[in-house]
Amino acid sequence: MSNAVSALQGVSHAGYIDVEEMGLRGMVTLRGDLTSANVKIAVKTVFGVSVPDVTKCALQGETGAAWMSPDELLLLCPHERAEELVASLSEALAGEHALVVNVSDARAVFQLRGAAVREVIAKLAPVDMSPNAFLLGHFRRSRIAQTPAAFFLRDETTIELICFRSVAGYMFDVLKRASSRGSEVNAL
Amino acid sequence: MLILQCPYCGINADETELAAGGQAHIKRETVGSDDNAFEDYLFRRVNPKGVHFERWRHANGCGKWFHAARCTMTLEVFGTYKAQTFEPPQNIKDAISAKRPGWKWGDFS
Ligand SMILES: [Zn+2]
Repeated sequence: MSNAVSALQGVSHAGYIDVEEMGLRGMVTLRGDLTSANVKIAVKTVFGVSVPDVTKCALQGETGAAWMSPDELLLLCPHERAEELVASLSEALAGEHALVVNVSDARAVFQLRGAAVREVIAKLAPVDMSPNAFLLGHFRRSRIAQTPAAFFLRDETTIELICFRSVAGYMFDVLKRASSRGSEVNAL
Repeated sequence: MLILQCPYCGINADETELAAGGQAHIKRETVGSDDNAFEDYLFRRVNPKGVHFERWRHANGCGKWFHAARCTMTLEVFGTYKAQTFEPPQNIKDAISAKRPGWKWGDFS
């Protein structure tokens, strides 16, 4: 059995905010009818959170659910629990027209920490990151420079960002550059 | 910069989050269609100066295809609506009529 490793194996950078690749994270894609009572109950039972509203996420520590599209959720969990939760959720959704897949190793996750995390994202994404527009509980799919990504606030000074594993190197480079000391904008 | 509101996730997406999909409301020709109809379906598109209906995809976002009604001359956006329809909804037609009385586009007016 091979050893699972994350894309950049926890690489980090200290600029005017800290950027760190989060290592292994569990991620499960659920596609199905998010308005179905069965789906809502199954997600609540297996992941312990309610199906989030449009463009929102519901988090409980490392576990949670994020709205990806009208028929897709991204479910978060500890990496080592992903397979087991996929099995439980598939079982809970038996008979429902739905798809549950472990995508943990297809993604990379970064954590951004510091007072200026909103500004660093605002430099790279066409998103209003001001404190009255982007709130705790929001989950935004967009682009970071030239690659798709999704991000949310863990708390007021921490943003977690998810991207495809294949572009993790590029993502780390642009985050590093955008947070380099001397490039502060102080616009937000 | 063109900004369109995605009717699925409600986000005001700027052009760099979107992928353009060309003319909207094209009838797909299929088995039994004659050659002229097939040629129109495959190759012929309108290129109006003024009111136009287009398909867009919220590519760097929720991923869904939707429709937009806008003016190609002023870049004014009249509205966006979901793709599960064969024609623009009445509220979109009304919004266009308010700004461009007497407009016509294909079979729509
Ligand atoms: Zn959208």
